[in-house]
Parts: sequence; C-alpha cells; structure tokens
Amino acid sequence: MSFDILKGMATTLKNMGKKPTTISYPEQERQLPPRFRGRHVLHRYDNGLERCVGCYLCAGACPADAIYIEAQENSEENRVSPGERYARVFDVNLLRCIFCGYCQAACPTGAITLEHDYKLASYYPEDLVFHKEQLLEPRGQSSVGSNTVWAESAPPEAAQPVPQEKEVFDGSEASAAAVGLGNLHPERPVLLVDEQQDEDRRKLP
Amino acid sequence: MGVVKNPWEPVQTISNSQTVRSQQVLPMHTKDGEFGILTTQVHKLIDWGRSSSLWPALFGLACCAIEMMATSADRFDIARFGAEVYRASPRQSDLMIVAGRCSVKMAPILRQIYDQMPEPKWVISMGACASCGGVFNNYAIVQGVDKILPVDVFIPGCPPTPDMLLYGFNELQRKIRAGIPNPPDPLKDSGLKLVGPIGEEL
Repeated sequence: MSFDILKGMATTLKNMGKKPTTISYPEQERQLPPRFRGRHVLHRYDNGLERCVGCYLCAGACPADAIYIEAQENSEENRVSPGERYARVFDVNLLRCIFCGYCQAACPTGAITLEHDYKLASYYPEDLVFHKEQLLEPRGQSSVGSNTVWAESAPPEAAQPVPQEKEVFDGSEASAAAVGLGNLHPERPVLLVDEQQDEDRRKLP
Repeated sequence: MGVVKNPWEPVQTISNSQTVRSQQVLPMHTKDGEFGILTTQVHKLIDWGRSSSLWPALFGLACCAIEMMATSADRFDIARFGAEVYRASPRQSDLMIVAGRCSVKMAPILRQIYDQMPEPKWVISMGACASCGGVFNNYAIVQGVDKILPVDVFIPGCPPTPDMLLYGFNELQRKIRAGIPNPPDPLKDSGLKLVGPIGEEL
C-alpha cells in the first residue's frame, strides 16, 4: 500500500528537475520544421525580374481553387518576367488555401513557395486575400525560398513505400512527393539548383 | 483613444471565392455616454477581464478539433491565456471556436448553440472549411460560417497549427481590449431564422 505511494512520489521527483514542455508562445516561438508550409511568397531573380511567367499551373494544381491569376504579355518597354507573359494579378485566397504545397510542386520556374510565415489571422475575410504586392518579395532580396529544402531528399523518418521505378508522370507519385512523402527523382533537375539550366533566364535584362 | 478610420472597411469589395460579403457600413464603437474617467476605466478593466478568461464552448466539428485539443495540451497550453476550460454547456462559455467544416445539417444546431450562449460572446472561425468552405465547395457544406454567425476572427489553415490558433486567439484578445464590437449578425437583417431541433424557446 505505502509502496504504491512511494512509486508515485518517485515519478514526481523524477520529473521535478525537467524543464517544462510549454512554449510560452507570444514571447518565444517554437522551431518550425524545415518543410513547414505557411504563407506563399512570390520570388524574383537576382536582376529583379519576377520568376512567375503566368502559366496558370499553380492555379490548375490548386485543389481548393484558391489562386486567381490574370496574365499579361510582356513587352519590350514593360518587361516584368523573362517569359512571354507575367502575372498582372496574382491573388491567393489564404482562407480557401489548404497549404498543401501543390502550387509549389507545380511551378516550373520556382516562383511560388510556401514559407514559414504562419501569423495570418484576421478580423475580416477580405484581408486574407493576399495580392501580388503582398506576396512578392522586395527587389534586391531575391531568394529561392523553401525550394532548396524541397529539392533535397525527404528526411529518412518521412520515408514511405512509394514506387520509384517509373520515370513517367504519375499522379500518385507526384502528390506523394509534393507532400513530402517518398523521394522522387525528377527527369529534369530542379531549375533553381542547376545554374546552367537557369542561365538563359538570368541573362535577360 | 479616438479611432478615426472605420475598422470594418474592407480592402476588397468582393472576395475571390464565390462568397459575396455584405458591404454595409458598421457603427463605430462608442463609449456609453460621457460618464467621466471612472466608467471608462471600469470599461477597460472589464474588457481586460473578459479577454483574459475566455471560456470556449466545446465545438469541434472535424479535424481542426484535433489541433484545438493540441492547443489546450501542455506544449502550447492555452491555459496561459485563461481559456483552458472547454465548457460542454453553451451557458457557461464566452467563445465559440468553430473547428472544422459545418455541414448544412449541422448549421441550425450551430446557430442554436450560439444563441444559447450568454452575451457578450465571440466566435473564432478556425480553418479553411469553417471560414469559407475550403476544398469542400459543394452542396453539403456551409460555405463559411459567417453566413450564419457573426465571426470575429478568421484563422486560415487546413488545419491551423496550434501556433496559428494561438495567434488568432491573441488577435481576438486584442480586439476585445480595443473595444471593437462584434460584426453584425448575418441573420438579423434578413429576418431569416435558423431554428435548431429544440425549437425557438431558448
């Protein structure tokens, strides 16, 4: 009888020296995992041109129809992106967005990534429709964002039995790679990592 | 603290989703008359007290409720903000966290539980589905609980992480302390009634 009490007290004493697990949130934030998917960011090249070429692939891949794009042709006097077109309007409805990262996986130029910004609550739903000016990173601060994290292979603890044989596009494999499961070897190396492939885009004014 | 700008002024008139929001001018928050420094300070104290002991109603509808439970667990610990007591009775709660998608069949029940809560009361719409339907853009899901409830804070995410919920909760506390009123009841102007299974008597 008293032995049970001693056992219980031993547990109490054992945990007395431990630090509390609580993260006192507003003052101190937890370390987010590298593949955390938060708010979208639109990226630029180093010379200030936007990476987005207005191809609508992210809008097509979006399962929640959260992305709205209006593309416009580039002209000689108004060159915004290196491609034929650029996104004149790029709105992401973050309320509809489910932060799956399919838009990032679908983007051929690495223009859109999901970053670690998670402080998104608002009193007004209209404020959570983020426009291009809010999403685009400022000039002179171009980065590739979390594309580098996603270009690396998945961490071993995330390994899943995903078939790896085929080189053709398979929906299930692609989505498994997009959500961080499995480890796809794309036929074409990622544009962002391969400087050589990306060079023709960088050379443009 | 004179607020000049209308805090309800939207950035964009019509959202990108199908939902067209009501665009009416909302009344500014005014102090209840000029009663001197004592009453205003009492208002501040009351607002502080209300914001520091928000008891949520237990209203988990779907997977967002899992994150809501994680928020009340020890790592994120919503008890630090005085909101650890999830009341099973709407009579004892101030805050309704609508966590998850609300189906059309659940909507009258949601509304009835909201009506049963005593004033003052606040609503957090947690997650994409509760806020605007999310991926479930179909006949069975209410496309945003702001169609049936006055929602104070919208939190995106599918589901929002506990950090996001805590951030939204802090935004709600900020709102209460600043004295910003609740948005208008969407069913009040239309005169429609959404009656739950028990009926009209509350």
